[in-house]
Amino acid sequence: MWSLIQIELYKIFRRPRTYIAFGAIAALIVVIQFGLKIDGDAYAGFLMKDINDTLTVDGKVLNGYLICYILLQLLLVHVPLLVALIAADMISGEANLGTLRLLFTTPYSRTHWVIAKFIAASMYTILLLIWLAFLALFASMWIFGTDDLFLMKSNYVVLIEQSDVLWRYVGAFVFASFSLLTVTSLGFLMSSLSSNSIGPIVGTMSAIVFFTILSTLNIPLFNIVKPYLFTTHMNNWKEFFDIKVNIDNEAIRGSILNIPKIKTSLMVLTLHIILFVTASIIIIKKKDILS
Amino acid sequence: MFGVFCYNLSMAVIKVENISKNFGTLKAVDNLSFEVEAGQVFGFLGQNGSGKSTTIRMLLSLIHPSSGSIELFGKSIQKNRASILEQVGAIIERPDLYPYLTATEHLQLFAKVRKQKVAAINITKTLEQVGLSHRSQDKVQTFSLGMKQRLGIAIALVHNPSLIILDEPTNGLDPQGIADIRSLIQYLAKEEGKTVFVSSHLLSEIEQVAHQILIIHQGKKMVEGVTKELLDPEKRIVQIKTLDDVKALSIIVAGSFSQYLLSRKEGIFLKLPTTAIPMLNESLVQSGISVLGIETKNSLEDYFLQITSNA
Repeated sequence: MWSLIQIELYKIFRRPRTYIAFGAIAALIVVIQFGLKIDGDAYAGFLMKDINDTLTVDGKVLNGYLICYILLQLLLVHVPLLVALIAADMISGEANLGTLRLLFTTPYSRTHWVIAKFIAASMYTILLLIWLAFLALFASMWIFGTDDLFLMKSNYVVLIEQSDVLWRYVGAFVFASFSLLTVTSLGFLMSSLSSNSIGPIVGTMSAIVFFTILSTLNIPLFNIVKPYLFTTHMNNWKEFFDIKVNIDNEAIRGSILNIPKIKTSLMVLTLHIILFVTASIIIIKKKDILS
Repeated sequence: MFGVFCYNLSMAVIKVENISKNFGTLKAVDNLSFEVEAGQVFGFLGQNGSGKSTTIRMLLSLIHPSSGSIELFGKSIQKNRASILEQVGAIIERPDLYPYLTATEHLQLFAKVRKQKVAAINITKTLEQVGLSHRSQDKVQTFSLGMKQRLGIAIALVHNPSLIILDEPTNGLDPQGIADIRSLIQYLAKEEGKTVFVSSHLLSEIEQVAHQILIIHQGKKMVEGVTKELLDPEKRIVQIKTLDDVKALSIIVAGSFSQYLLSRKEGIFLKLPTTAIPMLNESLVQSGISVLGIETKNSLEDYFLQITSNA
């Protein structure tokens, strides 16, 4: 199996298309960091305009931790689309190229190949996330320095001591990997249904947009299905930055406000991954390879 | 994950029994049966769309047969896929490859999925065998169709398989390339004792290399036989046309002429010595059959063209 994974990784990283996502993420992050470096104070002032009269904040609000949070909010919505570029092409791209029949006439079973392809696509996804973490977190920490993390939520503010922040980002990135792996597995399922590259990529993107809208709309009819949609749970990495407070309304260091919510989301996302990958294996096993 | 591979040389390497494949209402392969013996070059002939590639895909478990059974090396392909495919090398239709990889990288990649380790020297040797050693480090996107075809054949050979299945291997090759591949097929069978199953829509390509020929048309077997016998200049292929073909056929089948019968699906065809043609005519007339004509064909090619253009 390791040989198959190596082969799939080799193919992924020999394709120029693979690097589009890495380039796009780097470009976006650098542009945002550059803008905030030049005009960050004005941006911070705009963020805090509603609370300036009631709250005085000492220190550097616009620090590396906040920049990373802003970047994640912006990018984790769009990174799935970049993941779909590769994941949704893993099987259908080979069917389109005609090379799927070469793979399926080797002594390894179709199940082996599908699993190897999924693992390789997952590794690509994780690498993309590590790249994102490196640029969004570590580069921001280096450029903007570190301080306490000050977050404006819809009707309250959260202040997390800087020594209590880094592990939350680790948790958030691990959570985000589950979200992106769900997208990878969805792309994979779409890929197993088609013999051309474009259809599954567009299909995956459309599915994400469609379910995101359903998850966001506050209509009672959709509220029934919302808990079961993966898109409802994909953005719950933010829960790592909601902190418990004591009776004096002081933040409790090392705490997370709603751990069960994170656990539920991880469970729903994992179930989706299993469901999508299993369905892909069943489809591919039954499929006549005509391409 | 791979089973122990045991194979008795006296067995048929390929044994196909009554396989059919339906795509909706289309019957791509219809009740096809044949056997290929070890060390043979087996020619699988048919027009484009006759069911050759579908049959080959079923042999390689890329397509599931609607009915029938396939055994390779005496084992069911469905139950022993891994151990069987370890011993098989194949190219199927077009030489589709990864445009961003070089020829050597292709061979390294496909050598890696084999149980037996393929030495680097084998990769070099295989590229030399197919005449691609001078382009080994070039990306496939710079290759002509003929070069891709050669690389496809190299992929099929790199792990030294016992059975080689080549689907239209000379597609896109120039005359020299066709001659090279023909020599390679002959070398593989004669010198290395491999069994080669080669398909083509051109009889002229097959008749020079194959020990045995099977002609397929619209998914059905039309004729099968030893190439030398089918191409024997002492024998002529004749088509009998009568007012009552059913009765004529029953007389032929029941009598001594049955040994010469080639096909009864697209007309009554026999391959028989020239001297036997008047005897056949006499026999039919004596049985009360009105013979409209006995048309002789000059070669197996005429016959092939006739049966494949009739329907």
